[in-house]
Amino acid sequence: MKNLLDCDRGEKVKVSKLNAEYDLKQRLISFGIMKDAELEVLAEAPRKKTIEIKVGKMRLALRSQEAEQIEVKEI
Amino acid sequence: MKEDNEKIVCPVMDKHIKVALVGQPNVGKSMLINSVSNAHLHVGNFSGVTVDKTEVFFDYKDYKFTVVDLPGTYAFTDYTIEEKVTHSYLCAEEYDIIINVMDSTNLEKNLQLTSELLTMSKKLVIALNMSDEADKEGIEVNAQYMSELLNIPCVKVSAAAKTGIEELIETVVKKFEGEKQEPKLIFSEAVEEEIEKIVSYLQKHKYKAVNSYRNIAINLLKENKKTYEKLHEEPLWTELQPLLVEASKHIELHHNTDDIKEAFAEEYAAFNRGIVAEVVKQTTAKSEAKTLTEKIDALLIHPIFGIPIFLFFMWSLFQLTFTLGNIPMDWISAFFTWLGTTIAPTISNDDIRSLVVDGIIGGVGAVVLFVPNIIILFIGIALLETTGYMSRVAFLLDGFFHKFGLHGQSFIPLVTGFGCSIPAYMSARILKNDRDRLLTLFIIGFMSCGARLPVYVLFTGAFFAQSMAGNVLFGIYISGAILGLIFAKILKITAFKGVDEPFVMEMPKYRLPSLKLIWHTVLTQTIMYLKKAGTFIAGAAMMIWFLSNYPHNANLDKVYNAKIEKSVSVKQKVLLENQLAEAQLGKSYLGRLGKLTEPLVAPLGFDWKMNVALQAGLAAKEVVVSTLGVLYSMGGNVDEKSKSLANNIRQNIPFASAVAFIIVIMLYLPCLAATTVFAKEAGSWKYAFYLFVFTSVVAYAFAFIGYRVTLMLM
Repeated sequence: MKNLLDCDRGEKVKVSKLNAEYDLKQRLISFGIMKDAELEVLAEAPRKKTIEIKVGKMRLALRSQEAEQIEVKEI
Repeated sequence: MKEDNEKIVCPVMDKHIKVALVGQPNVGKSMLINSVSNAHLHVGNFSGVTVDKTEVFFDYKDYKFTVVDLPGTYAFTDYTIEEKVTHSYLCAEEYDIIINVMDSTNLEKNLQLTSELLTMSKKLVIALNMSDEADKEGIEVNAQYMSELLNIPCVKVSAAAKTGIEELIETVVKKFEGEKQEPKLIFSEAVEEEIEKIVSYLQKHKYKAVNSYRNIAINLLKENKKTYEKLHEEPLWTELQPLLVEASKHIELHHNTDDIKEAFAEEYAAFNRGIVAEVVKQTTAKSEAKTLTEKIDALLIHPIFGIPIFLFFMWSLFQLTFTLGNIPMDWISAFFTWLGTTIAPTISNDDIRSLVVDGIIGGVGAVVLFVPNIIILFIGIALLETTGYMSRVAFLLDGFFHKFGLHGQSFIPLVTGFGCSIPAYMSARILKNDRDRLLTLFIIGFMSCGARLPVYVLFTGAFFAQSMAGNVLFGIYISGAILGLIFAKILKITAFKGVDEPFVMEMPKYRLPSLKLIWHTVLTQTIMYLKKAGTFIAGAAMMIWFLSNYPHNANLDKVYNAKIEKSVSVKQKVLLENQLAEAQLGKSYLGRLGKLTEPLVAPLGFDWKMNVALQAGLAAKEVVVSTLGVLYSMGGNVDEKSKSLANNIRQNIPFASAVAFIIVIMLYLPCLAATTVFAKEAGSWKYAFYLFVFTSVVAYAFAFIGYRVTLMLM
């Protein structure tokens, strides 16, 4: 299974599942990261510790540990 | 007291409207209040500026408005403190109407919160803010159609361009006077079916309720706590419960999840997508060309250049603080000297003259001297906040901070700490996890606040050439920050062990800083500083003057005056006068206190004067400079050249002792006011005591090392 951290910069994907535990899941949902949401990877911090993604029109920063818990598929 | 007075002044017949202002972060809520009421709130461009709710009052026609600005929140998951504050206010407090502020350029995301607001069953008005920005981006929102679709009045406004404000207030008044209307919210067929089942069940049993059956049904399905508790008491619950369980199962099955909240989030998202598709038109074909924010980000958060650019900005800020800030310093210094020499002859009593000239004018003058430096630093921090760059830095640094057991968002309170520890302690609330927050709170003090700047400027100015002073200043700040990080790591693996808080943060669009906003932020902070100088510090300066002048030893006067009369050269006379002043100081209350504790600080190379200044600094760092001003001005009254405090310090304090002194200033307790706030934010005075012990031990140890090393190198 592919997760968000595996994606390259500029790649556009669709969320297929959130593997996060309850708190983080609610948090992600409140930012619009849920099943079928389209995400685009915009940038990476040094050594991919943090990534910047686009959800709808919002730019969001995620730590690599969190990005790993978002299962995605190609559009 | 004040509230009581207001109640008496307010006639009862006036119509009051209490508005709760709700919106996601970065939608310009505070700015909207600013343009509505001309109030001066602090508006920032990173998540978490409005942590406490703020109330603003203004009149419109016959109405008295109270607007409660609630902290920006993405949803009501009670994840962060902002969310908790807003959620509990909306559920528990009395208010008439909600204004839901939205960013017109990002409706789909903003509507997510709106769908949650609908469950409150309160009167609601939507303010489509930033409509000017939407126009520029070619986004056309049909507010009329949107109002019809949602059955909620939607008004286009722009807080920045001040358009639509009047219409918004009019709409609020109209809505306030009118009947409450059920908003339209349509779910997928599967969910609607289940809602219908519950509604018809409630109808069958003629359940009495204030809210509509539909609203109750939705809340039950969403597992809304309050609705649950209420229905739980009712006799019909026994039959209703199995119905609910089955309904939830169906919905979960439909969404292929085991989490009903996730299912509803998806429902709302689908509904919102539908609304946006209907009412939003992108007029100018959105080309693939990069937006301005993307272009700027390509450089500022570049994996290689990002951090050096950030460091360069910081370095420039400190350079500017020193070089530009030094220009008006000479004028201010000249002004206070002039004031002293003009006032002195008008006071005949020797003691009072000394109190006014040396005590008050000298003490306050020494503090006011640093206003230009502080203004520049505040402008820099305000710029960081309002442009949106702060979030980028958090993004760049999270990986780095995480290594030290901190959170990328710890960066925000830590940088604020360079301005003043008090707002820094308060902004640490953006960290949800208690351990992370405590850890950040404990090391904020290592980020040197604006009040310590005068001490640094004084000492670096005294011991280094003008061209080097800026670099030394930068070095002081950086080494404080590095020590803070090291201690964060140590605390993380000892006192605050545990799981890390996730890092999910919005990166707002870059915005040109509004001059008005920066002006207000800087002005309020500077006035706060000057107020402190005028009241607290003037008081402290007077007290220190008193303690350093009494008891006056007449005997010493006699002995020295006799010697002075006999002296032949001017040079010898000056020397003797200085010795007299020094001896008198030594016999004063302050001198005794300083000397009593001198053995304690002797290993750091401090004399009793430095010791006293540091102890006074526990109350406030500004007092350190004014104390030094009082203590070191006494000996040099005669010689014109030695009048400046910096010169006096260079002549009286050995370099190694000065280094140790700066280290203590860098590391020990910020000030009394900040410590109080710290205790409040940390949740207990116990932590304030820990902080005192922790910082004192660290300061002492490092000052000792600094002193010894400098002695060896010299």
